[in-house]
Amino acid sequence: MDIVDKIEKENSKKRLPEFKIGDTVDVHVRIKEGDKERIQLFSGVVIRRIGGGIRETFTVRRIVQGEGVERIFPIHSPFVEKVVVRRGGKVRRAKLYYLRELSGKKARLRERLLTKDERELARKTVAGELEKEDVEPEDNPGTEEATEPVEVANA
Amino acid sequence: MSHTILGKKMRMTQLFNEDGRVVPVTIVQAGPCPVVQVKTPEKDGYTAIQLGFDDQREKVAGKPRIGHFAKAKQTPKRFLREVRLQEGEGSNWSTEDVLTVEIFDEVKLVDVVGQTKGKGFAGTVKRHGFSLGPKTHGGMCYRRPGSIGQSASPSRVFKGVRMSGHMGDVQRTTKHLQLVKVDKERNLLYIRGGIPGPAGGYVIIKKSKK
Repeated sequence: MDIVDKIEKENSKKRLPEFKIGDTVDVHVRIKEGDKERIQLFSGVVIRRIGGGIRETFTVRRIVQGEGVERIFPIHSPFVEKVVVRRGGKVRRAKLYYLRELSGKKARLRERLLTKDERELARKTVAGELEKEDVEPEDNPGTEEATEPVEVANA
Repeated sequence: MSHTILGKKMRMTQLFNEDGRVVPVTIVQAGPCPVVQVKTPEKDGYTAIQLGFDDQREKVAGKPRIGHFAKAKQTPKRFLREVRLQEGEGSNWSTEDVLTVEIFDEVKLVDVVGQTKGKGFAGTVKRHGFSLGPKTHGGMCYRRPGSIGQSASPSRVFKGVRMSGHMGDVQRTTKHLQLVKVDKERNLLYIRGGIPGPAGGYVIIKKSKK
């Protein structure tokens, strides 16, 4: 492990969000507007993960007003606050580029029922409980932010 | 105060800035660089300090080199470069001084001098960016340079016509690179963008003149 690997590790997330190709996810993106920050959701299907280490990115595809929209997120970006798995997808490809040519009913994926652990993880991610597990209890009192806004945004 | 230091290019990576944007950075191991010799007008005809960087095994160094460093009570270094100073500045320096990345504390932009990667004997397409000929339709001139001049008048090829030849392995300076971060603990500089030379190559980092 050379010094650059160490630097990359220091700048990476300690805990990576867990999701698979084909999963339908909510990506919580932190957005800076002037000096204010807020969380925006981007929901869609994960169609690829590419790159390794700090360079890894994933692409989420969704249909907005009949138009396909894809966003690429660096998985280690501090602005990718969390990724919540809403629904699993059963797929037989690592890259779901074929979805781009499909629309409507054809663009559906077979559901992969989430395991108990995955459901629990999703619940904890939304509730912001993961951070609590990571940090020492006495360390950080302000970890419970995002709980409220998230629920509102989904409603 | 000298704003020059010697370093070794580690390699490139990427980091995130405060806006969450990805910043490409080159990590450079820079210093500590001891002053190995102070050149004076009386003795050498000009003023400069000689900096050393990166320890060298004595066995590899050879006796003349060991002797040169021993004068400054130092162990041999692999990379040795001079930094010219203004007349009269030499007296501020002695062989006990050591330059570290701290000299870049307030610096925003740097120039990086390095030896570029050698490309060997390269054709005109790679070396001078000539365009390619047609691949098909009987193209007989795919990577050839084409005409190099006129006919009977002048009956010779002008000097300076761009042709094939050795490419790379020359000294180049990349100017005005943003200094993203100075890591004093590990003697590292984080420089935005690419710098000349291979990973592991030696470079000279200077504060930009502006």
